[in-house]
Amino acid sequence: MPTKILIPAGVLGLGFDQAALARGVAAQPDIICIDGGSTDSGPFYLGTGTSKYARSVCRSEWRALMLARADAGVPLVIGSCGTCGTRETVDWMYEITCEIAAELGQSLTIARLYSDQTAPDIIAAHDAGLLSPLVPAPPLDAEAITACTHIVALAGVEQIQAALQTGADIILAGRTTDTATIAALPLSCSDHAGGAWHGAKIGECGAFCTNNPASGVVMITFDETGFEVEPMAVDAVCTPHSVSAHMLYENSDPFILHEPGGHLDVTEARYTAIDDRRVRVEGSLWVPADAYRVKLEAAHIGGYQTTMMAVIRDAHYVAHADQWLQGLTSFLHRKIATTTSLKRDDFTLEFRLIGQNAALGALEDGIGTPLEVGVLLIITAMDQETATDLSKVINPFLLHHPLTAHEDLPTFAFPYSPAHTDRGALYEFAMNHVLEMSDPMDGFTLAVDEVVDGKAG
Amino acid sequence: MAKLADLVPKIRSKNAGPFWVTVDIFCGDAARFAEISARLTTAHVCARLRADPAMVKRFDIENLAVIKFSFIRPAVQGSRFDRDMHGAQLGVLFAELEI
Repeated sequence: MPTKILIPAGVLGLGFDQAALARGVAAQPDIICIDGGSTDSGPFYLGTGTSKYARSVCRSEWRALMLARADAGVPLVIGSCGTCGTRETVDWMYEITCEIAAELGQSLTIARLYSDQTAPDIIAAHDAGLLSPLVPAPPLDAEAITACTHIVALAGVEQIQAALQTGADIILAGRTTDTATIAALPLSCSDHAGGAWHGAKIGECGAFCTNNPASGVVMITFDETGFEVEPMAVDAVCTPHSVSAHMLYENSDPFILHEPGGHLDVTEARYTAIDDRRVRVEGSLWVPADAYRVKLEAAHIGGYQTTMMAVIRDAHYVAHADQWLQGLTSFLHRKIATTTSLKRDDFTLEFRLIGQNAALGALEDGIGTPLEVGVLLIITAMDQETATDLSKVINPFLLHHPLTAHEDLPTFAFPYSPAHTDRGALYEFAMNHVLEMSDPMDGFTLAVDEVVDGKAG
Repeated sequence: MAKLADLVPKIRSKNAGPFWVTVDIFCGDAARFAEISARLTTAHVCARLRADPAMVKRFDIENLAVIKFSFIRPAVQGSRFDRDMHGAQLGVLFAELEI
C-alpha cells in the first residue's frame, strides 16, 4: 500500500494556500507533516530557546492544520518546534495546541518528543570518545560544553516512529532532521528506504520543489520502488527539473545527505514526469552506517553587544571614509586605554562602512564613491554594562571625529537618540559534532498527554 | 572576458548549515553549461574567495546544467565577525567574476 504524506509548507509560520490544503485533505493522506524550524536564521533562537516566527502567526496556521487533521482523521506531526526545537519551544507549541483544542472542542492525545541534551551527559560522551567533529568544528572540552545555554540532538526517524507508536493524534517534536518526520511513516510501512529519505528531502520545504513555492502544499506518495510528488495548488506544477534541482538547495553536497543511522545517495536517482504536474523518482539509495550517530547543535553566549550608527553625507568625508575610520579607530583605542581599565582583548569594535564594504568586508574589491556612508559600530564586551559604557565613551567621537587635526570638527548624522542600542547577549553556535548512541532513544524523551477541552487529563 | 552573471541566467548563494555556504550557478542549457564548466576554474574561484582549495567542494551537474560550489563560511553564522547571516550576498563574488 502506498503511503501518502501531506506537507502543508516548508515551515510553520511561512504560510500556505488554504485551498491547496483542503485539496490535500480531500486526497486522503496517511499523515500530515510540517517542519517547525532550522538553524537558518542564526544562533539566537537556539541560544535563547525561542521562536523566530510570531506566536500569532504560528497559532493561526497551526489552527488550520489542527482542523485539517480532524477532517483527515490522521496524525499531525511537527518537527523542530519553534525554530530551535528546545524543550521551551516544544512546550510553547504544546501550550498553543491546548489553547486551540479548547477553542475547537477537540480531545486529543498529544506526544511531545524532547531532543535536549544535558551538559553532564555530553561531557560523559565526550570523555568516552562518542563525539566526533565534523568539518569545521569549534574546539570542545568540558568547559565549552558546560558554557552552552542549550544543546540539542537532531532526532531521526526512530524517535518519530516511537512517538507515532504511542497512537498520538498530534506529535510535537523537538529538534529533528529536516527529513525525519516525513520519512518515519514510509519506513515503518516498508516502503523503499532510499525513496523514503529522498522523497522526504524533496518535500521538506513544501512547494519549494514546484514552480510556485509560496503555495506551500505538496503530497508525496511513497511505495516499494520510489516516490511521487504532486503539488496541491491547482496553479503549481512539478517537473523533473524543479524536483531534482531542490537537492541543490541549502545542501553543501547535492547527492549525499547524512542522517541518523546512515546516508542517502541520490547519484543514480531517475526523475520522470508522470504528467505535466507530477514527478516520479526511483533509484535513490539508502546506505546504513556502521553506528547510530545523531548530529548535535549548541549555542553559548559569546559576549554582550551595543550597536551605534552614524551617517556621513559630507562629500569630503564620504570620499575619505576609510582614512577617517582608521584615524577614529586608533584614537578610540587610545582613549579607551587611558580612560578605562579595559585591556585590548576585553572588547572588540567592529566598524562596518555601509555603502563601501559592509556585506563582504575584506573580500570586497569593488571601487566607487557612494553618495553617503553608513557607519555601523558593533561593540562586543564581556558584559552588557561594559558594552554600554564603551558606547558612551565613543559617542562624542563617532559624532565629531575630524579627518585631520587641521579642520573644523564635523558633526555627522545620528539617526536617533540615544545613539546606542543595547543588543543583549551575542549567541554563537558552539558545536558541529555527531554523537554515537547505542540506542536511538538514548537522550530523547517522550511525554504523552490526553488533552480534553484544552486541559491535560 | 565577461562577467559570469552576464553569461548565465541565475546565480544563487545560501547558507548550508551554520558552517558552510553553497552557491549554485544555473547555466540554463547544455551548451552554456559545457562552456562555463570549462572556463570557470576552481583555482580562480578559490583565489577570489581567498579559500583553501581543500575546503571548497565543486559539483558539475550536467543534467541540471548547474555548477555548484560549497565552501566554509568566512565567519561562522552569527558569530562576532559574521557580516551576512544567510551568506546570500556572497553570490556576488561569483556573479562579478571575470572569466
